[in-house]
Amino acid sequence: MYSQGLIGADDKTAEDQAFLDAFQKRIDAEEKIEPNDPMPAAYRSTLIRMIGQHAHSEIVGMLPEGNWITRAPSLRRKVALLAKVQDEGGHGLYLYSAAETLGVSREQMTEELLSGKAKYSSIFNYPTPTWADIGTIGWLVDGAAIMNQVPLCRCSYGPYARAMIRVCKEESFHQRQGYELVQNLCAGTTEQKAMAQDSLNRWWWPSLMMFGPSDTDSQHSDLSMKWKIKRFTNDELRQKFVDATVPQAKLIGLSMPDADLKWNADKNNGQGGYDFGAIDWDEFWRVVKGHGMMNKDRIKARKKAWDDGAWVREAAQAYAKKQNTQVAAA
Amino acid sequence: MSNEQNMPLWEVFIRPRTGLHHKHVGSLHAADSTMAMHAARDVYTRREEGDSIWVVASSHIHASDPKRSGENFDPASDKVYRHPSFYDIPDEVGHM
Ligand SMILES: [Fe+2]
Ligand SMILES: [Fe+2]
Repeated sequence: MYSQGLIGADDKTAEDQAFLDAFQKRIDAEEKIEPNDPMPAAYRSTLIRMIGQHAHSEIVGMLPEGNWITRAPSLRRKVALLAKVQDEGGHGLYLYSAAETLGVSREQMTEELLSGKAKYSSIFNYPTPTWADIGTIGWLVDGAAIMNQVPLCRCSYGPYARAMIRVCKEESFHQRQGYELVQNLCAGTTEQKAMAQDSLNRWWWPSLMMFGPSDTDSQHSDLSMKWKIKRFTNDELRQKFVDATVPQAKLIGLSMPDADLKWNADKNNGQGGYDFGAIDWDEFWRVVKGHGMMNKDRIKARKKAWDDGAWVREAAQAYAKKQNTQVAAA
Repeated sequence: MSNEQNMPLWEVFIRPRTGLHHKHVGSLHAADSTMAMHAARDVYTRREEGDSIWVVASSHIHASDPKRSGENFDPASDKVYRHPSFYDIPDEVGHM
């Protein structure tokens, strides 16, 4: 995107204090940083890692839900699920494009995903054994994603912020269709309601883990906040998410699987909020490091899609080459 | 994978239904302009975002150099006489 010849040219910039101060001054003045602007190498590499992970998450995120497209119980649910999964594919593409403006290639990002070098959100390494999971994912997983993505619309890096604005416009239907689905199950038979509660029990804690390690353990948070890549810390966003979703669960007669969850009037500077139990960070790191229930299947599915599509990419490029030669000869 | 050629990059511009200018919306990879057009329709117009699409090979775009932003754009800031409010005319004239 934009003139790629210039990208990377600034990598050799001497990052003396004057350079870093000038950059910070632009950030503090809420100026957007654009692809060809001078930027510290660490700003560039942080964004490449962050946007890349985000893109991979959208793409891998199509798999758990895609699992239910052919088994959706009605046409209404099927068109909604198809449209949602298609949106996620689009989100992945917007984000890959944004990352490419920083000088990383699509091929390199794909290679890193397939080799396991690049990470994606831990949440997509959990299975979707029941139909209720499709509702819970829309409600909680897309809900958590929205909580995270809305502040990213104000990210200091222009292409990422612009991609996030498009994504956020499309996300709200994802969460609403999910909540509606869960709500319908809760208004159904005893078995249907039990299925919704069981699904919530399985997805609640992994959803809280989506916000990443606690602020006290997060190595990347400080610089990201200082450079206004992120506007809120992991724990701040997690708290907002808990406060938003607990009443939503209550409203449809579900309860979060957390005995320590209780209202605390003093929280959030006296506005009140929910205290919640301890997160199992061992589980989080286990899944991140590749030992979740579905890590192997997810990468296998992505690899199969890539390998099976090779002949299509080759044919398209051979055809384009032939057309170009014919035009040149005419 | 490494022996495959990289797919060319295309910039996508959409004209909204309201009839404003085509506006840059993002980019995508495709083998040729026809496939770029199809992909642009699928990726960037899922919600009636527009009624016309341009795709331009990214290699054809020439951008101004941010290092020369000063000399390029600063001179415009002291030319207030380019704006209508610089000129005094009697109130009785009304809107002009
Ligand atoms: Fe998404
Ligand atoms: Fe979504």
